[in-house]
Amino acid sequence: MGTLRRSQQGTVDAAGAAVRQGLTGDGSRVEPIKGYIFVGFLVLSIVLGIAMLLTLVVDSIIEGAPFLRWNPLVTGVPSSIPSEAGLWVAIVGTFWVIGLMIITVVPLAVGAAIYLEEYADGDRWYNRAIELNIQNLAAVPSIVFGILGLGMIVRGGLSLGPVVYAGSLTLALLVLPTVILASREALRAVPPSHRLGAMALGSTKWQAIWRNVLPAAIPGIATGSILATARAIGETAPLLLIGATVFITFTPEGPLSEGYTTLPVQIFSWATRPQEEFRTLSAASIVVLLAVLLIINAFAIWIRNHYTKKQQA
Amino acid sequence: MDEQPDKTSTADPAAEPAVAPPPAPAPEPVAAPGPGAPSAEVLKAEQLSVYYGPKLAVQGVDMTIPTNNIVALIGPSGCGKSTILRCYNRMNDLVKTARIEGKVLYHGADLYSSHVDPVEVRKHIGMVFQQPNPFPKSIYDNIAFGPRVLRMKVDMDEVVERCLHQAALWDEVKDRLKQSALGLSGGQQQRLCIARALATSPDVLLMDEPCSALDPVATARIEDLMQELRKLYTIVIVTHNMQQAIRVADRTAFFTVEVPSDGDRYGVLAEFGDTDQVFNNPIDERTKRYVSGEFG
Repeated sequence: MGTLRRSQQGTVDAAGAAVRQGLTGDGSRVEPIKGYIFVGFLVLSIVLGIAMLLTLVVDSIIEGAPFLRWNPLVTGVPSSIPSEAGLWVAIVGTFWVIGLMIITVVPLAVGAAIYLEEYADGDRWYNRAIELNIQNLAAVPSIVFGILGLGMIVRGGLSLGPVVYAGSLTLALLVLPTVILASREALRAVPPSHRLGAMALGSTKWQAIWRNVLPAAIPGIATGSILATARAIGETAPLLLIGATVFITFTPEGPLSEGYTTLPVQIFSWATRPQEEFRTLSAASIVVLLAVLLIINAFAIWIRNHYTKKQQA
Repeated sequence: MDEQPDKTSTADPAAEPAVAPPPAPAPEPVAAPGPGAPSAEVLKAEQLSVYYGPKLAVQGVDMTIPTNNIVALIGPSGCGKSTILRCYNRMNDLVKTARIEGKVLYHGADLYSSHVDPVEVRKHIGMVFQQPNPFPKSIYDNIAFGPRVLRMKVDMDEVVERCLHQAALWDEVKDRLKQSALGLSGGQQQRLCIARALATSPDVLLMDEPCSALDPVATARIEDLMQELRKLYTIVIVTHNMQQAIRVADRTAFFTVEVPSDGDRYGVLAEFGDTDQVFNNPIDERTKRYVSGEFG
C-alpha cells in the first residue's frame, strides 16, 4: 500500500511539473503570434476605412476652402458666377425628397417584413421566391430604378411628371429591399417568448406583433432605415434620369411641385463644368453634403436611442 | 377516467370547500355549450394524443384536474409533460405541425371544438413560462397588457395593484411601477409574469417549469406563492424537480417514455394520483423506479 501511494505521489509530482512547465510556456510561440497578426489585420482594416474618409473630408475642405462660407454657399441659390452660387435650393430639395421617401418607404418595408417574418409560410414556393427576389433587388444598380421611375412614375402608369414626390418614390423603390431586409432581421431578433407571452395572455397574433414585437424591433428597423437614408441622400443617377433640375433658383413648394434639385445632383452638375472655380465650388459642396448627412443621421439615431431607452430604463 | 379514480380525493387538503370563487369577476366558461357554473373538474383530458407532423408525441392521456388543486406533471425528458400542458390553453396550436386527437374539456366544454376561439381559451387559462419573459415595457404596462388586449373594462390601477399583491411583489415594486420590468431580478421577473397572467382573471394557471431558471431562494418564494394562489386558482405545473412536486402538489401525474421496438419513442401517462401516494406508494412499476431515482 505504502509503495503504491509513493509511486502515485511520484506520478502526481511529474504531472504537476509538466503543468508548471506548460504555464511558463517555453514551448511553441506560434499561436500567440498568429493572434497578434490577426488583431493587426483587423486594426489595419479599420484604419484604412477611416483614413479614406478623412482624406476625402480633408481634401474637400482644402480644395473648397475659398468657397466655404455660410453665405452664399449655404444660403444662396445657383448662379452662373461661382462666388455667388449657393446650395439653399439643393438643401431644401434634399430634405423634401428624403423626408417624403422615408415616410413612404418605412411603412411599406415594415409591412413586407412583418408578412415575411411573421405570417408567410417559408415552405411555400412563392414565399421563397419573394424572399430571393428581394435579396436580388437589393443588388440592382440604381440607374435601373431611375429607368423604372421614369417609365412608371414620371410618365406611364402614375404620370406624376418631374415632381418632388416622383423623386421620393423612385428612391423609395431603390432602398425598399434594404429596409425590408433590415426590418426582417430586427423582427427575427425579438425573442419568440415575446410572441408566446403575449398570446398566452389572450392577445391575437396581430396584437402580439403590433403591441409587443414591433416596439421591440424599432431600434433595429431604425438602424436599417438610417443606412438606407444615407444611401438615398447620395444618389444622383436615378434623379438625373427622372428630371431633377440642375439649375433652379426656387425651392419646392410641396410634394407635387415641379422643379427640384438635390445636393448630389447639384454637385455633379458643378463638377462637370469646365471652369476651375465650379470644381472648387463642388468640393465645398461635398462638405455641406456630408454635414447634411450627419445632421439627418444624428436625428435618426436620436430617435432610435429614445425608443431603446424607453424600453430599458 | 382517472387511473386512480377518487381514491385519495377525501384526503386532499385542496378539496376543502372553504375556497370561495375568485374575488375578481368569476370567469365565464369558454363560449361553448357546457355547464354555466364552475364544476369540481376544471380540466379533463380524454384519450388525448398529440402529434407533431406524422410523429406521435404523447398517447392516450386521461387526466382530470380538480378545482383549486395544484397538479404537478413530472417525468423524464421527452415524456410529453410540457406538450400536454400546452394543450390545456391551446398554445400547441402555435406549432404549425401539431395536432391532437381526443378531447380536452374545460368545465365540461370541449376546448378543441371548432367554434371555440383559442384566444378566448387563453384568457381563462393563463400560462407562466420556463424563462421569465417580461416584455420590454414598464412593470405597470406588463400587468396591464392582458386586460388591454382583451379590452377589459376595468380600473387598471386597481388590477395592477391586486395582481402584484397576489404575486407577492407589490411591496418590492410599488415605487417603481413606471420603470422597465427588465430591471427586476430573475425571481422578481417570474413573479411579475405570474402577476401578469393573473390580470386577465383566469381560473387556471399553467406553469411550465417556472423555477428552473431561478435560484433556491427565488424558487422558495414562488412555491410559497403557489400555496397562496391555490386558494383562488387551479394550478398545473410541469417540473423537473421531484422535490418541488412533493412540496407543492396535491396531485401528481407521472409521464414516462415508451420505446416501441419498431418505432419512435412517445410519452404516456403512467400514473396519476395523490402526490403522497405517487411518491410513497406508487402502483406503476415505472413510477416506482423513477421516484426512487433509478432512472430519469
